[in-house]
Amino acid sequence: MAKSTKNVKSFWGTIVLVIILSVVIQFLINGGTLNPFYVNTLYSIGINIILAASLHLIIGITGQFSIGHAGFLAVGAYASAIVTMKLALPFPVAIIAAGLAAAVAGLIIGIPTLRLRGDYLAIATLGFGEIVRIAFLNIDYVGGASGMTVSHLITWPILITCVLITIIVIVNFTNSTHGRACLAIRENEIAADAMGINTTFYKVMAFAIGAFFAGVAGALHAHNFYIIQPVNFGFLKSFDILIFVVLGGLGSMSGSVIAAILLTIISTFLSSYPEVRMVIYSLVLIVMMLFRPQGLMGTKEITAFFKAGRSAKGGMQNDKHTVA
Amino acid sequence: MEQFIQQLVNGISLGSIYALIALGYTMVYGIVKLINFAHGDVFMVGAFIGFYSITILDLGFFPALLISMAACAIFGVLIERIAYKPLRNATRIAALITAIGVSLFIEYGTIYLRGAQPEAYPNDAVPLKSIELFGVKISGQSILILAVSIILMIVLQFIVHKTKIGKAMRAVSHDMDAARLMGINVNNTISATFAIGSALAGAAGVIFGMYYTKIDPLMGIIPGLKAFVAAVLGGIGMIPGAMVGGLLLGVIEALVSAVGGSLWRDAVAFVVLILILIFRPAGLFGKNVREKV
Amino acid sequence: MTNTPLLKVDHAGIRFGGLRAVSDVNMELKEGELAGLIGPNGAGKTTFFNLLTGVYVPTEGSILLDGKRLNGLAPYKITKKGISRTFQNIRLFSDLTVLDNVKVAYHSLAKHSIASSILRLPSHFSGEKEMEEKAIEFLKIFKLDGVMEEQAKNLPYGQQRRLEIARALAANPRLLLLDEPAAGMNPQETEELMNLIALIREKFSLTILLIEHDMNLVMGVCERIYVLDHGQLIADGTPEQIRNNPKVIEAYLGEEVS
Repeated sequence: MAKSTKNVKSFWGTIVLVIILSVVIQFLINGGTLNPFYVNTLYSIGINIILAASLHLIIGITGQFSIGHAGFLAVGAYASAIVTMKLALPFPVAIIAAGLAAAVAGLIIGIPTLRLRGDYLAIATLGFGEIVRIAFLNIDYVGGASGMTVSHLITWPILITCVLITIIVIVNFTNSTHGRACLAIRENEIAADAMGINTTFYKVMAFAIGAFFAGVAGALHAHNFYIIQPVNFGFLKSFDILIFVVLGGLGSMSGSVIAAILLTIISTFLSSYPEVRMVIYSLVLIVMMLFRPQGLMGTKEITAFFKAGRSAKGGMQNDKHTVA
Repeated sequence: MEQFIQQLVNGISLGSIYALIALGYTMVYGIVKLINFAHGDVFMVGAFIGFYSITILDLGFFPALLISMAACAIFGVLIERIAYKPLRNATRIAALITAIGVSLFIEYGTIYLRGAQPEAYPNDAVPLKSIELFGVKISGQSILILAVSIILMIVLQFIVHKTKIGKAMRAVSHDMDAARLMGINVNNTISATFAIGSALAGAAGVIFGMYYTKIDPLMGIIPGLKAFVAAVLGGIGMIPGAMVGGLLLGVIEALVSAVGGSLWRDAVAFVVLILILIFRPAGLFGKNVREKV
Repeated sequence: MTNTPLLKVDHAGIRFGGLRAVSDVNMELKEGELAGLIGPNGAGKTTFFNLLTGVYVPTEGSILLDGKRLNGLAPYKITKKGISRTFQNIRLFSDLTVLDNVKVAYHSLAKHSIASSILRLPSHFSGEKEMEEKAIEFLKIFKLDGVMEEQAKNLPYGQQRRLEIARALAANPRLLLLDEPAAGMNPQETEELMNLIALIREKFSLTILLIEHDMNLVMGVCERIYVLDHGQLIADGTPEQIRNNPKVIEAYLGEEVS
């Protein structure tokens, strides 16, 4: 009992810390200390954190290997652009609409495909991502291949609010009986079923929640980059998101978030050499799988390292793990 | 009607390229249960090797084809030995992620080495005449593609069914441990599978270049994915399935283009994929295998 | 017969293509009974468990729990109706802690919704607290409370088997199916297991059906034994009757029956 209340305290403590930090950042932005380049990097980091956390729920927690996440990002981006640019509604409405549209897409693709396992599911979701991209390419209402111009409506408070909500919702979901049901599916789907867990329901639910937040990220993405085009949402984008989760550690929320932050910063610096960036990314992926397939953090959260420091018998014994 | 037959011919040409690539996917999957994402990139490398053989070494079409096949065979074995072999007992997801990494590495390594600009394939490397059949003009390239594909598939059938290495491949794909106990060198057999599959992809790259006359470092992605779809369509792990699946997919795409959906053509393959995975995950010719409880 | 049996299997069987893995099995288990299911390797014992738990859907006959038909229900629904099981090859949630393994089994009894967990409403906290208390109580019975924060995969083999039984019981079954619970155990562990089975049966007023190869265990604890061979029931009766049944001896030809 003592353990869970302590977790709750440290959780809210972190949240308060982040809010104070974001207020400070807001002052730095207003005062002009942070130049537009840094502000832009911050926005990219925030968007990528949301993407990493949302895919973490699907792959890391529920063990469903989905590699079409850019499809949900695209649905969110286009849905939000339609809401602000065509319907002239406020940005927050667009964010919610983007999340809902992506969640519906998640249900449509999830219900039939989630009974597939492992690499078959991976291929099906990859196919779904491509179908979404090609569909937007063919819809004249959203500009076809030339895409849509979108106003720059993103602000730091909106971004950080979305990031916080994403993390709180996913952490709260994970640390409950519902999250445990998803973990059980990841660990052993047949046993989870035999223990009375409606595996289809939880897989679809994790998929829909993950898709919802990918859609939210899509709304933020669209209103940050001035223009959205189908070409931005190919499977390379899906792989970018996948790398956050794999590198950070399948099953570790903080690992995914840290990987998203680091890789966003690295790729910002390498943005003039895109092929070098991709060569490095691919080598990192290969080397990672060969020498540390569980990722940087394994299934551990960053809090586990602090706990281990305090008591000799922490939760750090064995961090080898399997997914699928 | 003529239009229809013309599209059918196009579809069969394209489909035989898919089939050649799909064979490599299906053989590798059959033997190590890995979706070799890098296979489409071996196809791309094959196209470039063929291109340089023709333009720089000034070779004819057939020598270029053979050089490309040999080089791709070696390339495929290297990929297997360096990246996949250490992961043979890892989770399938780890292997899949590695394959994605290898694929990206080949694509962007190629761009890093030679830039992203496309090349125009010399399509006069072999003198070709078109012929008329039922009032439809069939281009020499189509006939060449079809002829090369059919010959390679016959050779493959011969290797798989009549040679010792073919028997070993079938044994290992059936039960790796049992094959090992029977004294089969499993590592060599797996390497041979990669070599043969990659050689076929290399050949597909060269004839793809001849047919579409444009190649670039990212050209392998879409045909690679579609060839995978073809392999799944036919029943992954089944060699005849890959052939039929490839041809079928090529024809379906051509027919969709014919009815005016050329922009949707690329989506069709993935719709087919999702439908087949949902309704007949073992493919048209495969048998359903359930997880043992 | 006025009181309906807890489990009634009526001419049940399953075909895979042309292969009849299990056919024409009849079985009646009364409330509180402890029965054993034996038979040579490949006789269809685990397949029969898979039929009872919904992993496979019977192609013939019917399965009734307390008079209600189970055919075609998803496994998780059958578990909720009161049948839970262990697996021949242990299927724990190996990366989760021992405590979480048991909590997962309590999941279907949870009353708090996804929304209440996400919003951290009071019902979430009370629900989770109740689960945790129940799970710890359970682990105490199985003497696993000392290792409850360990990952399940780090437990020694015997404890993993015990944890799997604890987890199956936590799902609150009326009928417990144990698939070779003593497999891989040494005689002392088997002895402990027999005592444990007797204990839980009494404590939870359960009906138990177990598959076992260890004849000492089967003959020692079971009141009634069913013998499956080539997918068909060839005998059923008390341990004494089974021991002397010529058909059973023939099925086990070469194997020691006592």
